[in-house]
Amino acid sequence: MSTEARKPPPQIALKIRRILGGKAGWNGIAVQFAFAAILGWIGYEIVSNARANLENQHIAAGFGFLRNNAGFDVNQTLISYTGSDTFLRVFVVGLLNTLVVSVVGIVFATLIGFIVALCRLSPNWLLSRVGEIYVEIIRNLPLLFQILFWYLAVLAALPNPRQSISLFGIAFVSNRGLVIPSPIGQSGLEPFLAMLALGIVAALVLRFYARRALFQRGLVIRIWPYVLGLLFGLPLAAALVFGVPFTFELPQLKGFNFAGGSRIIPEFVALTLALSTYTAAFIAEIVRAGILSVHSGQMEAGASLGLSRGTTLRLIVVPQAMRVIVPPLTNQYLNLTKNSSLAVAIGYPDLVSVFAGTSLSQTGQAIEIIAMTMGIYLLISLLTSAVMSVYGWRVSRSLGA
Amino acid sequence: MSVIASNSFVRQDLLTERPAPVKTTGFVGLMRTRLFNSPTNILLTIVGALLLWFTIVPSVRFLMVDAVWSGKDRTACLTENAGFVVGACWPYIQAKLPQLIYGFYPEAERWRVNLTFVLAVVLLVPMLVPRLPAKGLNASLFFIAFPVVAFFLLHGGGIKGFGLSWTADLLQLFDESIVNAGQALLTLSKTSAIAPLFWIVGNFIVLVGTAIYWLIVPLTWLRDQLQATGQSVWTDFAITAAIVSLIAFVLGGGVRTGGRALVSSLVTFIAMAIVIKLMGLDHGGLPVVATNLWGGLLVTLVVSVTGIVTSLPIGIALALGRRSTIPLIRIFSIAFIEFWRGVPLITVLFFATYMLPLFLPGNFTVDGLVRALIGIALFTGAYQAENVRGGLAAIPRGQGEAAAALGLSWWKTTSLIVLPQALRHVIPNLVNSFISLFKDTSLVSIVALFDLLGSLRASFSDPKWSTPSTAFTGFAFAGIIYFMFCFGMSRYSLFVEHRLNAHRRN
Repeated sequence: MSTEARKPPPQIALKIRRILGGKAGWNGIAVQFAFAAILGWIGYEIVSNARANLENQHIAAGFGFLRNNAGFDVNQTLISYTGSDTFLRVFVVGLLNTLVVSVVGIVFATLIGFIVALCRLSPNWLLSRVGEIYVEIIRNLPLLFQILFWYLAVLAALPNPRQSISLFGIAFVSNRGLVIPSPIGQSGLEPFLAMLALGIVAALVLRFYARRALFQRGLVIRIWPYVLGLLFGLPLAAALVFGVPFTFELPQLKGFNFAGGSRIIPEFVALTLALSTYTAAFIAEIVRAGILSVHSGQMEAGASLGLSRGTTLRLIVVPQAMRVIVPPLTNQYLNLTKNSSLAVAIGYPDLVSVFAGTSLSQTGQAIEIIAMTMGIYLLISLLTSAVMSVYGWRVSRSLGA
Repeated sequence: MSVIASNSFVRQDLLTERPAPVKTTGFVGLMRTRLFNSPTNILLTIVGALLLWFTIVPSVRFLMVDAVWSGKDRTACLTENAGFVVGACWPYIQAKLPQLIYGFYPEAERWRVNLTFVLAVVLLVPMLVPRLPAKGLNASLFFIAFPVVAFFLLHGGGIKGFGLSWTADLLQLFDESIVNAGQALLTLSKTSAIAPLFWIVGNFIVLVGTAIYWLIVPLTWLRDQLQATGQSVWTDFAITAAIVSLIAFVLGGGVRTGGRALVSSLVTFIAMAIVIKLMGLDHGGLPVVATNLWGGLLVTLVVSVTGIVTSLPIGIALALGRRSTIPLIRIFSIAFIEFWRGVPLITVLFFATYMLPLFLPGNFTVDGLVRALIGIALFTGAYQAENVRGGLAAIPRGQGEAAAALGLSWWKTTSLIVLPQALRHVIPNLVNSFISLFKDTSLVSIVALFDLLGSLRASFSDPKWSTPSTAFTGFAFAGIIYFMFCFGMSRYSLFVEHRLNAHRRN
């Protein structure tokens, strides 16, 4: 004879009240109704005013304009584009330009940022002061100031193409931008690329195998000679068998400008320089804080196990620091992508410049164009934060286990 | 002596002197321990020294040694006239200084800008020094009184009415909009498929609007009477002062404890009256200077101070909304914050410049500067909300529960117990946000406002001063100004952080 524990009463009314009105109950529901009424009123005002204003200005609302011909040129395009293409293609061209400058900026910013962080952490007094000065100066000047400085002062002060500065005879820097050799595919290109892909896949498989052996059987397998062989040997062998994969077309000075090679426009150079040096200062601080956040006992424990300083850093300190570094680092990458919209100030054809700038002034479709521009940035940042929350969940799970 | 010495171990002779230990302090010690203690370090030191040599020396040469200090136009800064490779061209800055600070603000009226700067400094400095008293009064002066005074100083113009007229105007506008919405629904109900619903809702809204109209009739009648008399401002002022003071008296606890509220309300109104009288706001005020004449450092400071003053209340409201348990308010706050944080500031400024005018009634034009200010306030408000939320999360739950146990309402708990502690916690973060706001104000130059950077860029195109070093000189000057402001703020934030963590140091 045992008595079952009685179930608590369902309290359905209370639960509904909680869901609808939060802790404030019925008051909360009333507040929500008032709030919804105000929002509805504001929304009504906006829509009715916008409709009246558009009618006055004889602008047709809607996204139909995207199929119209743009009729202007863009001075840097990744996909083929002419003035007779549509505004939709302008949007894609601008978006690709934004992504290109962001990716290049992120690569350089990470490189410079880690170097500056290492300088700041270095036991050498002078070098850590140099790093500190860099960070303080860069962080306390507006980014737009720096972009304009590189573009209007430094790049404008470079000589014209005829007197351009030669970098080992293969690349040339002038006030018209940077000219670099352009690769031209030859007959051996496909086997070369196939072998390169094969090498990368094989190296990844090898690494996976070696890590499993380490964690499950405690075997230390040295894989780097094989990895090097796979990554360089296979493509090299393909090149020897099938012929040269590609040749470089060197830029030649002809008349007043360069012929051949590919030209990187000065706006791109200035923007990349400013974005990467600016973000690098913030990345340096993040990396430094991350490495300092690892307890010094970890370093000492590594040393007492007989690991060298480099090995301790690589195997013990950096993996722990990475947990602290990665979330704010991603934030900085996102900031860099958003900051690339400052391109509009110097005329680099990014999304804001060609779409929210030129296209807007040509069509007058302010609402649609700005909504699309803001929407794409919002999409990028929401995606990034979704990925980051998955990462955070994984890290907290691995810490808890 | 000798007896003792024979059977004990007392040493007879002195030890040979050992060399002094390696010095680890002072300049020599620094050199030994942190610069030249190993071959790698020696190499790194040389690299660092070379880096400094190739940056500092040319900078100093440019700014001081090779600079030209006086001249009338570009000819003074040309290499062939100066006789050496010219560095900074300082006469260019001297010639452009008024433009870089005031923009095209009329020369005769520039004392108003200077006065505003002085007022700002006088109010700001005591607020930043933690030891000085009366922080509450000081903060309310800086955050509420100063922006209003600064507006009438910088922009000029007077007022035609006071609280009563404004309330009547606002309510009338609101009422008209409600009736319009109702009527729009009624016309829609003639064509729509769900006509009866629209008809009912439309009629209901029109009814509400009419009811509000009759409710505010006494107010609008009083306003019209006041406008008819000559002394509308002062009569209105007196009526507003009487009503507000009475409300303060009653809310403060009536005869028993309301005296204090009554006195402070009266003192506030007397101070307002003095300001209105001094600036002559009741009969036109100072001559109007349109904002398209403003420029340079003035615009930079106006935008950043307005951003600071307006973003904080927005941020606090959004942070409280995000922590609220009421679903709609929480969802709205989260969406609002994430939206503004997810887009770049420049698109926000484009939004404010091109889209906002479309959302406002056609007869209602907004000044270009105000549009940018609205965009910046919303943008910075979202960032401040996240800062404030961090502070709110740091307050132990027991604080709120203790306040509730004492019988305080939610508003009192929040405003008297939780917020003061939360804001103190996040002062460094707030200041850091202000630094990025200050830097971001330079973006308004993209939407055709001439802030410091915009004025600088405009001055480059002056042929009178075009020399090879003009651009570098201008950037050096503007850079020094930006750096001073940002570096000062960041040092202040470090100082406050240090002070707040004083109890954690051992």
